[in-house]
Amino acid sequence: MKNTLRQVFHSSKFVAGFIIFVAILLTMFIYPLINPGNPLQQIGVGTFAKPGTYVSLYDATKAPVSTFRLPDAAEKRLGSSLSEEDKVAMVEWFEAVGADISDLDTNDTEKMLEMWDEYYDPSAKPKGMIRAKILYYGRLDKSLKEMGNGDGDSISIAEPNEEGVLEETKKILDTDYVNTKEVANVKTLPLGTDNFGRDVLKELVSATGTSIRIGLIAGIVATLIGLTLGLLAGYVGGFLDDIIMFVTNIFTVIPGFVLLILISYSIGQEQRGAAVVAIVIGFTSWTWTARSVRSQVISLRNRDHVNLSKLSGHSLVRIVLTDILPYIASYVVMAFILQVSSGILSEAQLSLLGLGPKTTEVPTLGLMMNWAMLYSAHTNGSWWAYFPVILTITLISFSLNLMNTGLDQVFNPTLRD
Amino acid sequence: MSDQVREQKDFTNAPLCLSGKGVTKIFGFGNKKTVAVDHVDFEFHEGEFVSIVGESGSGKTTLSKMLLGLSNATEGEIFFQGKPRDISSGRKKREYWKGIQAIFQDPFSSFNTFQKIDTVLLDCIHMRGGKNLSKEEKFNMMTEACHFVNLEFKELTNKYPFELSGGQMQRLMIARIFLLKPKILLADEPTSMVDACSRATILDMLLNLRDEIGMTVIFITHDIGLAYYISDTVYIMEHGKFVEYGKADEVILNPKAAYTKRLISDVPKIHEEWDLSTVDLMA
Ligand SMILES: Nc1ncnc2c1ncn2[C@@H]1O[C@H](COP(=O)(O)OP(=O)(O)OP(=O)(O)O)[C@@H](O)[C@H]1O
Ligand SMILES: [Mg+2]
Repeated sequence: MKNTLRQVFHSSKFVAGFIIFVAILLTMFIYPLINPGNPLQQIGVGTFAKPGTYVSLYDATKAPVSTFRLPDAAEKRLGSSLSEEDKVAMVEWFEAVGADISDLDTNDTEKMLEMWDEYYDPSAKPKGMIRAKILYYGRLDKSLKEMGNGDGDSISIAEPNEEGVLEETKKILDTDYVNTKEVANVKTLPLGTDNFGRDVLKELVSATGTSIRIGLIAGIVATLIGLTLGLLAGYVGGFLDDIIMFVTNIFTVIPGFVLLILISYSIGQEQRGAAVVAIVIGFTSWTWTARSVRSQVISLRNRDHVNLSKLSGHSLVRIVLTDILPYIASYVVMAFILQVSSGILSEAQLSLLGLGPKTTEVPTLGLMMNWAMLYSAHTNGSWWAYFPVILTITLISFSLNLMNTGLDQVFNPTLRD
Repeated sequence: MSDQVREQKDFTNAPLCLSGKGVTKIFGFGNKKTVAVDHVDFEFHEGEFVSIVGESGSGKTTLSKMLLGLSNATEGEIFFQGKPRDISSGRKKREYWKGIQAIFQDPFSSFNTFQKIDTVLLDCIHMRGGKNLSKEEKFNMMTEACHFVNLEFKELTNKYPFELSGGQMQRLMIARIFLLKPKILLADEPTSMVDACSRATILDMLLNLRDEIGMTVIFITHDIGLAYYISDTVYIMEHGKFVEYGKADEVILNPKAAYTKRLISDVPKIHEEWDLSTVDLMA
């Protein structure tokens, strides 16, 4: 036993998978301590806030001010307010007036503005350009000049006084800076928010936990059913074997996923908690375990050590537990790991179809994908709402399968290199 | 033959302990049908040392599994102590196995590799109703049993079967029999894994056990020379059938079946002086 464990932990594949999986588990337990609270809380109004750090504008105005004169501040300011549309329009103008744009980089704001100064001529009427467009360029030029007229801009903050008349209370200069540490409310959202305005990272961590739990429950249910039926059919044989194999065959002939859909549908949205979904998944995926346990038991039951145990007067239960089970234990563990991994995937598939756990209690990886899809995260470029989820699912099943391959190499010496 | 080392008792009038009529075992059906044991009749008596001799694949192990009640006969009936054997329920089977025990052909596959060998011996003590004995008493019994087969229990305790040699395993199997003291012992090639010297020791042990507790030994072997030297009665098995049986010296010194003659001629030394320097059966 100790030896086997040592061998298992000598397999680099198993260890790699194990480390990834443990890292995921640790994140699952530690992250909620750092960032506590309900993962389903809607913190954002509006959908799909981009990943990044959000600073409260209100609090920033109250924070102590330091003054910096940074050389490239104005330019950056300009760059960030220059929209993509404006840039495209500018390039169009350059083209129309015959400027050389072969090595123009639209992200180089300084160069763009320089060229604009050089080539823009309000009186020019490039050939084929409609009047409306020429007027648009006029406006664009004006706004660029306003933005670009350098330092010295300010914004006034006015608050109503006792009489209800607005009174300037503060003037914010473009050289004023606040330390984010001194702003009362700063929120970092490494993965932004989702369609409901929830913190995606927090939701993802909680969903990973739920999904792994679903996988574990599904794996335990499937393994227990498969193992019990396989042992009974294989060891007792005869009529019992016929009945069990009949049932197993029925479950095998109907594709498990179809069965899963039908059962999930008939249970109804309200009754479908995460645990129920997990049990249903387990209940539809045991056939494979039952079949292979049965065939292994059949090859074991006539071995001499089993015969000797019978001759020693042991009961059926004791023989199954001590003379059969240990011989198939490694196999059952491997089957269990696969069941966990496929249970997690099944939940994701079910949820994508809208038949997953009910949406009000806990997030799951499948539900997150479902939400992202329903709210078109994939078409509007909100990658943070679905890509990390896909990555997590991949990572979990990759680590589980890696562990399994490692175990396989330890337990099936023919596969060892 | 002057080198007949043991007097052979006449068992024809001894009480029957195991007998069979038309016992048959067929594996598979249709094209793949194998008739492993083909309508054999036999009568084994109390205290008798019977050898079943046959080539590899002649059906010896298959017959022994049926005798042990570990597999069902396709046809025919087996009688235990003169009465039709009834092992229809688990409890009756357990009762039956108190009277009949076995040493299997392959010692390496006879042990549960996940259990320490102490378990094997303890199970025997428990089966003989020694569940409530004190630890020391159990230890002493196991030590005695191991001593009987020239093993030191102190060196074996807490070891796993795979830490033993094939010969040690086979001797441990005999220690088991020593503790169980069954009425009938089925020994399927119990010396297959050991060198000539240990083989003599093991055979010696079996004979001692037979004399000590008066059990019937059904000894399965492909070595007709060996059978001649240790058994009272021999059954010659060919393709699942008993082609000849009788007292050991009658069968072997006056073989009638062609198969028996061939088996005997295959043993080079059978009509010459047998080298007994290693096999001291009278000890
Ligand atoms: N479980 C089984 N299924 C099918 N055929 C079997 C089975 N067990 C034994 N046989 C066949 O029955 C025949 C007799 O086998 P058995 O093991 O009894 O031979 P044996 O006399 O013990 O040989 P050996 O001296 O090599 O041990 C063989 O032809 C074998 O192929
Ligand atoms: Mg055999």
